[in-house]
Amino acid sequence: MKRTGEKIIEVALSTSGLITILTSVGIIWVLVSESFSFFQVVSVWDFLTDTQWTPLFTQKHYGILPLLSGTFLVTAIAILTALPIGISIAVYLSEYAPKSFRKSIKPALEILAAVPTVVYGFFALTVVTPFLQSFIPDLGSFNALSAGIVMGIMIIPMISSLSEDALYALPKSLREASYGMGATRFQTAFKVAVPAASSGIIVSIILAIARAIGETMIVAIAAGQQPNLTADPREAVMTITAYIVQVSLGDVQHGSIEYKTIFAAGITLFVLTFVLNNISFWIKKKYQEKYE
Amino acid sequence: MNNTLKNRLIDSGFKYFAIFCTFFGLIVLAIFIIQILIEGVGRIDWGFLTSLPSRRASKAGILTAWTGTAWILGLTALISIPLGVAAGIYLEEYGKKNRLASIIEVNIANLAGVPSIIYGLLGLEIFVRTLNFGGSLLAGAFTLALLILPIIIVATREALKAVPKSLREASFGMGATKWQTIWYQTLPAASGGILTGIILALSRAVGETAPLIVIGALAYVPFVARTPMDEFTVLPMQIFNWVSRPQHGFIVNAAAAIIILLLITFVMNGIAIYLRNKWQKKVNW
Repeated sequence: MKRTGEKIIEVALSTSGLITILTSVGIIWVLVSESFSFFQVVSVWDFLTDTQWTPLFTQKHYGILPLLSGTFLVTAIAILTALPIGISIAVYLSEYAPKSFRKSIKPALEILAAVPTVVYGFFALTVVTPFLQSFIPDLGSFNALSAGIVMGIMIIPMISSLSEDALYALPKSLREASYGMGATRFQTAFKVAVPAASSGIIVSIILAIARAIGETMIVAIAAGQQPNLTADPREAVMTITAYIVQVSLGDVQHGSIEYKTIFAAGITLFVLTFVLNNISFWIKKKYQEKYE
Repeated sequence: MNNTLKNRLIDSGFKYFAIFCTFFGLIVLAIFIIQILIEGVGRIDWGFLTSLPSRRASKAGILTAWTGTAWILGLTALISIPLGVAAGIYLEEYGKKNRLASIIEVNIANLAGVPSIIYGLLGLEIFVRTLNFGGSLLAGAFTLALLILPIIIVATREALKAVPKSLREASFGMGATKWQTIWYQTLPAASGGILTGIILALSRAVGETAPLIVIGALAYVPFVARTPMDEFTVLPMQIFNWVSRPQHGFIVNAAAAIIILLLITFVMNGIAIYLRNKWQKKVNW
């Protein structure tokens, strides 16, 4: 009797685990089936090479490139902002700072990641853009620069926390050897520790890129709503995520081609983040615990 | 000699630069919060909390938004906590070596990296259309529950992992079954860590906007939701709507609503950090 009860419980528990698999299957099924019928109307070639994205206009073009360029532009700005700051924090906390400081500042930095993204969007639009406009006169009121910088601030803790873990996990002997040669802490940090922890640091950067690509509210509020094939950060751009938001807010008929575009955009986004995440898993697995 | 001096200068130069970096994000956030307080705190009064949305900025309130957020919080918790904790128990206590468990594990790592807006597309097709929930609270709660499930599962596993083996062995030694051991010993011992994870996950759900926009949560809902099948709005959604309007009055409203949203988020995070510290002290077995 007890045995059956135990077995039932185990099955119930594993069913909950299966929900997560169903979620993945559901995501892939939804994206593939809806974009499949999209690609019966629009050829994959046009989708990938057309330089205009105007599904909601009379003259319809379905080229994902402007959305991709917008996404990459904002992501690049975000990473350029977060990377130097994040790595400096990581090096400082693991190589310079006293233990007690490290312990109290890490949770404080996590606050940056806990703030809802819609709040960051408000910040970008009402504080950062006017501030930047004071010395970049031809900056539009919607622009990639401000959205990217604010997104960078948001992902600082991702880079700093994971990189710091990687640095902190290095064996002490490595640093002692360097100090023994007369190196300063700076030299030890950047010529010994950072290269030794490079796999962990790269993982943190890749995950930060994936996070930035999928970020929605900051760009939907502050980067504008114009699909724009440009590398100029002063201009308004539209990211993949911002496009999905734009269509969702409007009155688009279910089953129409406009409706299906959000799934085609969604599958592009999904593939990008999926590939990046799996590269990071692969690096983590391959180079983990090299020094132990 | 000159070289040594140069290296020392670089060394301490970097130190101060890095200290600046460490506080940079926090300072920016502080500036921002002060700005928001200046802009919005005067707008918060009883009327703001108890008024329905309106086309006139000075008359608009957040009653539907905060009640919607409360509904979403409750429903999402009801759905995600049992599922997440159960899956975490399974992976940590039962599925150590089996194939299903390792597939689920890789899968959870992948799900945690899926952008939230993709969950919105999933919710739109499955809950809104196929199951016919429409743009209701229930559809929103299911969507957000799936989104935060990986966080709860991972937190549950880590909390269970921290419980020492000796506790389980003592329980088995007394003749308890596996489930009795988990229910009466392991789970209570891990409860602090699990609770911390649940609160952090729910605070994430409270701040989410993108998936709810996709499933069709409305910015303008002129009534307070009474059942889980009602249409709804939430605080982040209301803020997004107000931010998108050109009139300054709505920007003030958005700032005021942000103060309330940040208050909720920070209180939840504060409770979680408090619980974590308390639990970590206790857990030095």
